Amino acid sequence: MTDTTETTRERSGAHRFLDAYFAAAPVLVPVYAILLAFVVGGMIILAIGDNPFEAYWALVRGMFGSTDRIAASLGRSTPFIGAALAVAFAFRAGLFNIGAEGQLLVGATVAAWVGTFSFLDDFPALIAAPLVLTAGVVGGGIYGGIPGFLKTRTGAHEVIVTIMLNNIAVLYVRWLVSSQDPVILRDTNASVPRTEPLPDPARLPELVDSTPPLHLGFIVMLLLCVFVWFVLQRTTTGFEVRSVGTNPHAARYAGMNANRTIVLVMVLAGSFAGLAGAGEIAGTSGFLSPGVFVAIGFDSIAIALLARANPFAIVPAAILWGSMLTGAGLMQQETGLSIDVVRIVQALVLLFVAADVIVRTLFRVRRKASDALETTQLSTGWGSAT
Amino acid sequence: MGVGDVTATTLPATRGLPRFGRLQTIGLIYALFGAFLTFNVVPNLERVDKAVTFEPPPDPLTLSFDPRLVAAIIGVVFIGTGVSTFLGPRLERVAHYGLIVSTACIAPLIIVLALALSDTADTNVLQLMVESLRLGTPIALGAMAGLWCERAGVVNIGIEGMMLGSAGVGFAVYATIGEGTGGTWLWISILVAILTGGLIALLHAIVAVSFRTDQIISGVVINLLALGGTGFLRSEIIVPSGVSSGESTSTIALPGLSDIPIVGSQVFTQKPIFYAMFVVVALSWFVLFKTPFGLRVRACGEHPHAAETLGINVIRTRYTAVIVGGLIAGLAGAWYSLETQGGFEDNMTSGAGFIALAALIFGKWKPWTAFAGAMLFGFSRALGTRLQILGVEIGDFSIPSEFWQSLPFVVTIIVVAGAIGRAVAPAADGQPYQRSR
Repeated sequence: MTDTTETTRERSGAHRFLDAYFAAAPVLVPVYAILLAFVVGGMIILAIGDNPFEAYWALVRGMFGSTDRIAASLGRSTPFIGAALAVAFAFRAGLFNIGAEGQLLVGATVAAWVGTFSFLDDFPALIAAPLVLTAGVVGGGIYGGIPGFLKTRTGAHEVIVTIMLNNIAVLYVRWLVSSQDPVILRDTNASVPRTEPLPDPARLPELVDSTPPLHLGFIVMLLLCVFVWFVLQRTTTGFEVRSVGTNPHAARYAGMNANRTIVLVMVLAGSFAGLAGAGEIAGTSGFLSPGVFVAIGFDSIAIALLARANPFAIVPAAILWGSMLTGAGLMQQETGLSIDVVRIVQALVLLFVAADVIVRTLFRVRRKASDALETTQLSTGWGSAT
Repeated sequence: MGVGDVTATTLPATRGLPRFGRLQTIGLIYALFGAFLTFNVVPNLERVDKAVTFEPPPDPLTLSFDPRLVAAIIGVVFIGTGVSTFLGPRLERVAHYGLIVSTACIAPLIIVLALALSDTADTNVLQLMVESLRLGTPIALGAMAGLWCERAGVVNIGIEGMMLGSAGVGFAVYATIGEGTGGTWLWISILVAILTGGLIALLHAIVAVSFRTDQIISGVVINLLALGGTGFLRSEIIVPSGVSSGESTSTIALPGLSDIPIVGSQVFTQKPIFYAMFVVVALSWFVLFKTPFGLRVRACGEHPHAAETLGINVIRTRYTAVIVGGLIAGLAGAWYSLETQGGFEDNMTSGAGFIALAALIFGKWKPWTAFAGAMLFGFSRALGTRLQILGVEIGDFSIPSEFWQSLPFVVTIIVVAGAIGRAVAPAADGQPYQRSR
């Protein structure tokens, strides 16, 4: 407010335009960053002797070329939203949750397991589908709670524990789903290892029948974003979460129970990822096959960072991520370029958004005083929380 | 709060009661496990002699034993340790030694039980040790890479990317120019891999130190870039070159040491990066903790502003440390594509960089303990593979291979939660530094 009162003189049109330009800077920086990432990616494509414009045109058409494509892009980004929320929410409490992949997988497995109960067939969809989703929430929540519990009780670092739990989840889910002697969750009628498909009432309805389908889970994820924002900004718990994230010592001094908050945050974060996992099972294939959520852990961290741990910013970030992965297919088909080009561009987007110094220097975007407050330091060190 | 609670806390009588803290919890677990072992597991084991060997066949040095006896002795040790933790402060020292002995007994116990439960008569334990060291090599190198960065105050979760990137570029050079035929080009490729690690680290330093971007974001960017970049490299350069696999580094028998009976042919006849790992760990310890330069690096990690007051160029020191770390990570990358496989696959490091990070935190940011962490990981992986080969059966249930593969991860969690406690990072780790004006 202070800079507007300082300059009360009449403004010319150009000045007003510049003011609007600078006011839009928080939006402009990501836009420029994406642009710059595509330019650098284009140079790489050019370097190996391909036409970047052709490649990008195919990519864009693959992302948003038709209603079907748009729906597929949104469908692809659905699990990313939940997984990224799991990372972002923990970030706000100063915790680094690398375990979204494991939490998602366990949530999906519990959901698939509950889906095999025969009584589910007789339930109306209004009960059966939420039941499966709840199963995912519980599974992911418990799996996410383990690192929180261990951190507060024994001081085990959540980074180590979540990484290890990811690996453990991948191995055991593979065993549960593919073991034939004894048969645990494997569908004995299927030739490839996978679980029994969920009964129809437990499936989430498809909004658009694309590949992958855009299902109700997307709406659920949007509601989850609102929920996370509400918890963080409008509740006492959220205040405690943010206080513990900014300064655990001060939070404890103020009478907050930092340990309880840490466990709670990890349980909630895990349940977000678990919900995303259950949503994928109930919304897309209807069954769980081993090795489905590979690399989602990496992606969710990147999306959470891209969105600077802001629950609303996660939606566009996740859509960007998901749609680029969808579009990459068409790009590969038409130009023969490997999908990895998209991965490189994604990494560059994150780089340029994070290292906004580059973008600000190149495009002369001025930094506002209020921007400084927004840049939350995520890496507050390894052992500082608690 | 009830009245009873108040009197309990105010009365000095509580002093006489045994304490129940971390030590007692671990003691209780040991005692229960020891009792279960001695009174439930041992009576159900078959009475067949088993053996451990120390050499490959034929005619190895062998040590035979009755698994029931050995398991029973270890069980009694566990019970004794557990009981001693409850005997008050005077026996605390005994309890501590007991815990060390008991913990050291876990690995032999697993081998003994596995042998007893399988049809195999013997297994080579020395080879198991060597295999642990070999599998721990990239983890130890990755941990040293992290150590250098984080001691200088730069969080590095991009170790994974540095390893993967250098593995990819190293092999790409080897495949395209060296045609995968070994010789000089193999060594040049290893050098290229190391330098690639350094280059990626330079990117990390520019972004994290100069631009003062969040260091975790910078690390994630590096991981993503390496994943996409090496995938691109493989499909556009390595595959078209037609060399999908090349000759990897050959074993070198260390002169003198390799002539020692039994040990020489197994421990001192290994591949070059395996040896280099020990040198890197020792040098990292020496340089970081015994030289003025190392002291400067650590000062930048603990209190950069104080370091600057003493005339240390924080920015330059951080750059140096991060790049040294990158070079070490590059060597770890070369281990994957040029020492073990002689080839490159997408995401071939598969999370090893993160496990190295775990080893570093496990080792409380100190070189030798981080090395121990890496070796613990290597050991549990080697053990998992070995037990998988032995084919252990409990009753009718043959233990699935996934169980053995998960062993290193489970062991890491148990150790980190049970034995290590809180790890304290360098004080300024993760904080960008801006020169004071």
